[in-house]
Amino acid sequence: MDMQIFGLLVQDGLASGAVYVLLALALVMVFTVTRIVFVPQGEFVSCSVLTIAAFQQGHAPGLAVPVAAVALLACGMETAERVRQRNLAGLGARIALLGALPMAACAFAWFGVDARSPAWMQTAAAVALVTAMGPLIYRTVFRPMGNATPLVLLVAAIALHFVLVALGLYVFGPEGSRLPGFELPAGLLAGLPVAPQTLAVVMASAVLVAVFFAFFGHTLSGKALRATAVCRDGARLVGISPDHSGELALTIAAFIGAISGVLIGPFTTIYYDSGFLLALKGFVGAIVGGLSGYVLAAGGSLVVGLLEAFSSYGASAAKEIIVFALIVPLLLWRSLADPHSQEAS
Amino acid sequence: MTLEARALCAFHGRIPALHEVDVAVPPSGIVTVVGPNGAGKSTLLAALMGRLPMSGEVRLDGTDLRFVSPERRVAMGLSLVPEQRDLFGTMSVADNLELGAFCWRRAGRRAIAAEMERVYALFPRLGERHAQLAHTLSGGERQMLALGRALMARPRILLLDEPSLGLAPLVVRDIFATVRRLQAQGVAILLVEQNARAAFEVADHAYVLEMGRVSLQGPATDVARDARVADSYLGRAAAASAPIELIPPVVLAA
Amino acid sequence: MTFRSWVLAAFAVAAISGVVLFASSYYVTLASFVLLYATVALGLTLMTGFAGLISFGQAAFVGIGAYAAGYLAVAHGVPGWATVLAGVALATLAAAGIGALTLSMGGHYLSLATLAWGVVVYYGLGIVEPLGGFNGLSGIPALTLFGLDFASERSMFCLIALGFALAFWLVRNLLDSRVGRAVRALRAGADLPEAFGAHAFRLKVAVFCTAAGLAGMAGWLYVYMQRFLNPTPFGLQMSIEYLFMAVMGGVGALWGALVGAGVVVVLKQVLQDVLPALLGRSGNFEMAVFGVLMLLILARANAGLWPLLARWTRAAPAAAPRPVASGEPAVLQMPAQRAPATAGEVLLCVDEAEKRFGGLVAVNRVSFEVRDGEIVALLGPNGAGKSTLFNLITGLLPASAGAITLRGQRIDALGARRVAARGVARTFQHVKLVADMSVRDNAALGCHLLGRDGWLRAMLRLDRREEAEIQAMALAQLRRCGLEDLADAPAASLPLGKQRILEIARALCARPQLLLLDEPAAGLRHQEKRNLAVLLKQLRGEGVTVLIVDHDMEFIMDIADRLVVMQFGQKIAEGEAQAVRDDPRVQQAYLGSAA
Repeated sequence: MDMQIFGLLVQDGLASGAVYVLLALALVMVFTVTRIVFVPQGEFVSCSVLTIAAFQQGHAPGLAVPVAAVALLACGMETAERVRQRNLAGLGARIALLGALPMAACAFAWFGVDARSPAWMQTAAAVALVTAMGPLIYRTVFRPMGNATPLVLLVAAIALHFVLVALGLYVFGPEGSRLPGFELPAGLLAGLPVAPQTLAVVMASAVLVAVFFAFFGHTLSGKALRATAVCRDGARLVGISPDHSGELALTIAAFIGAISGVLIGPFTTIYYDSGFLLALKGFVGAIVGGLSGYVLAAGGSLVVGLLEAFSSYGASAAKEIIVFALIVPLLLWRSLADPHSQEAS
Repeated sequence: MTLEARALCAFHGRIPALHEVDVAVPPSGIVTVVGPNGAGKSTLLAALMGRLPMSGEVRLDGTDLRFVSPERRVAMGLSLVPEQRDLFGTMSVADNLELGAFCWRRAGRRAIAAEMERVYALFPRLGERHAQLAHTLSGGERQMLALGRALMARPRILLLDEPSLGLAPLVVRDIFATVRRLQAQGVAILLVEQNARAAFEVADHAYVLEMGRVSLQGPATDVARDARVADSYLGRAAAASAPIELIPPVVLAA
Repeated sequence: MTFRSWVLAAFAVAAISGVVLFASSYYVTLASFVLLYATVALGLTLMTGFAGLISFGQAAFVGIGAYAAGYLAVAHGVPGWATVLAGVALATLAAAGIGALTLSMGGHYLSLATLAWGVVVYYGLGIVEPLGGFNGLSGIPALTLFGLDFASERSMFCLIALGFALAFWLVRNLLDSRVGRAVRALRAGADLPEAFGAHAFRLKVAVFCTAAGLAGMAGWLYVYMQRFLNPTPFGLQMSIEYLFMAVMGGVGALWGALVGAGVVVVLKQVLQDVLPALLGRSGNFEMAVFGVLMLLILARANAGLWPLLARWTRAAPAAAPRPVASGEPAVLQMPAQRAPATAGEVLLCVDEAEKRFGGLVAVNRVSFEVRDGEIVALLGPNGAGKSTLFNLITGLLPASAGAITLRGQRIDALGARRVAARGVARTFQHVKLVADMSVRDNAALGCHLLGRDGWLRAMLRLDRREEAEIQAMALAQLRRCGLEDLADAPAASLPLGKQRILEIARALCARPQLLLLDEPAAGLRHQEKRNLAVLLKQLRGEGVTVLIVDHDMEFIMDIADRLVVMQFGQKIAEGEAQAVRDDPRVQQAYLGSAA
């Protein structure tokens, strides 16, 4: 292997690694705040890519229909619960959040965007649609489970994954799509040893990571999410509702998933079921951080990306095995470090 | 603002922890609940805050709290400092305090900062350590932080669970002085304490809880003088009645 | 066997004969799959419902068994009886390896590891060339076993039915034995079986391997049924389908595996026929339906799957008459580590025991003794360190300094299991009973260290002699504690007071030298406390030594010979009840001092 190939592989690895970093951060965040190992994280990615592709191919955004339907379901569930508790205070705001906003996103995507719209508008519509899935999923699937154990939540996440994959097949069909490359300002990044597309992905990912940490470090909402993760009971004592935190966490995760789709779309063909493997790779990175440490998770994800690039060059058939065979010893290492891992399940 | 509980019953799994307990906290009053370990004092506070399932009635200024979650009770003016303090250990002192104001955060950053200054004035040591992570504080400082965080929520009624637990006598004196100061500022306090003698000195009204039931109540000065308090902690003098033979003594020869 | 068992067996034979003789090819195949999957789901039910372990990789073991058998049959012409041994052995060995690595993890870490493992095996089967890769391995010859030819699908169906019956028999025997009780105790947490001498980790590995062995056998049957192999049926999706089968059928009972497999297979078939027409598209939508079903189940049972599903399973059949030995136990033996007893001497000696957690000193140089035939109580206000000291004595925590000896043997660094072997038995502050086991079986768990029959003997029902003696011992202790009338009731149905007494009966089954009671009076009503006091005094009269930790002063004053009072981790008083009560230091510790 000469330096040129080595360089290409490193770039390849960093590009996918940069996306795995985003997925890993989302997984760690959702886990620490809600104790859910969010297996369907990858579905946000595939839905985002395939919705943009649908726009470009002149189809209607099929995703808008189920999102609108679930928005209605969520509003119904919320109203029923409030009526049962004889507390209608704030119901209007909740309906706006769970109903009006997602519906607006659906309407915009359905009526306001088509194949002639500029790329940024198509992207924005897809991201809005996918982001709306986050709070709706929490409200309809996880909130009714109350104080379930992490194991039950994991089983639920897996069940949800199957539902979303089947939904993806129904909405998008079995064909895969690949997005066109980023439209970068001409000549801006020419002359560098790094391919412009790769650089764009890495920089976009870095910006999102910076925003992520700024949110959690300096805004009260972000601190409230951290507080829920650190001490759930303590968070309730200061008025932070765990359900509010859960919805916010899943909304952010959906947003990150949607952006990840935008970033990875130009590099590989994405099918309705590609999300699972992507999320699983992000997950390997996440457990390097023990499902709780962000920096290690980011580092681990980059390593996964590089490992994948190099093993696809060296032994492409065994690529998946190498990456997943890592999981077991990593989990073992991590569970030994975690004092809570021996509780009765 | 008044807090009233009537016929409270609560369970820890299958173990009955509270049985038909009636408690009332008048505006700007200090009420103390004392009793031996396992009597149900912490359970009482948890039930008042909505942290565990219970039957009976809890009313805040007449409003029934049955469907009100703990988070919303905070917004209504009820604050709890639990026995385990429940601090955000890996976050700074300043962050812990700032989060205390979460329920009224819409008032703006400046109002929150001003409130934090007031808490620092009350507990200067927290001000010195404002950037330190909460889990590196000493026991007394953690207690102060927990109290300060609860005060940041601007409570009208404060529930304190064994504030003197694990603290040196001097620190305990400070804590109780703070409790009196809070009363002067119009905050009503329900104080659960194992250290009955200290609690009686600071409270207006006292309840003695034993095996999940209120065995004694009245003005603190009267209860303090009642000899039955010692009984509830140390058991009654050896029972005079003979034990009843209920189980046939069959022995396995092995 | 009971009458009910005969009826069930007759019904089963009739059903199978009916299928073989009258059903069309389609239904024979369907029934074959149901029983095949049920065999795998049975292993999962054992793992999940009884041992509390969740695996997302069970299909991988089916694949290992299938490919081992298939490859040997095609490439090397190995006969059927040998391929089944190879398949089961390989699957079991793989499980032992993976289990040793992953079963030390708890909760969801373990599940994620099995998920990863399943994915690795799936891809592994696909890339190994001699196994045919993703195109598959074909040309597997028909099975001949003992001169019988199983080429037809009806004959394979009979064999599969036999396989399921065998699996069911083995697993049912296992659960109904000494080791089976220890496995079931795992549900209450690893602390429970360890407190009575069982090795929790080894139990988990054994359960994992047993489930894998069953899966391997199912794989062998699958190979000869299909005569073709590719990796697809052994991937993550199938693993999750097995889990769905086990959960839907109800993991609390073994029959749930058959019910669940039946429901899933039939439902899947129906959905495959109906959904494409309904949705206008072909594709794998059945999993979505199962996903939604699963989510609905979980939403209704958010405290866990097991309680809800326990309600769904059929009521437990009337207990078959249990073997009960008469006369002196001949097979049961005291564990070898016990030192012999001498009345009146010091039984337990705590010498300058210390326990530090970082900078916090929870137990600070505490010393006291417990002599034979005494009841000693350990008291103190909240935060005094009593529970920590108790955990040092029971072996749950190692001491930072100092020594704890039992009849001269050091026990402070041994761990709960070895301490139990030395003759210490305990009860728990939060009652740890196996809810769906009978009172008698819960008590019999205490006899764990007295028996010797292992896993295989249990499965093959060779342990009946030992089991009879254990049952006799359990009944005797129940009689001693006044619970014999409730012997066959499920433990969960008892009121708290009786559950606490059951824990004492269980501890007595271990024939302990020292009985450790952790807050036995907590939550008891007045009459229940009096019953408990009478029982303890009676036990003292029979020579049992007791150490109690409790808060209830009145209860303690009534029964204890000596009291040891702690505060802030130190011993502040020791002596007889009245003297301790009147000690000003004790009064100050409890009532506090003016601020």
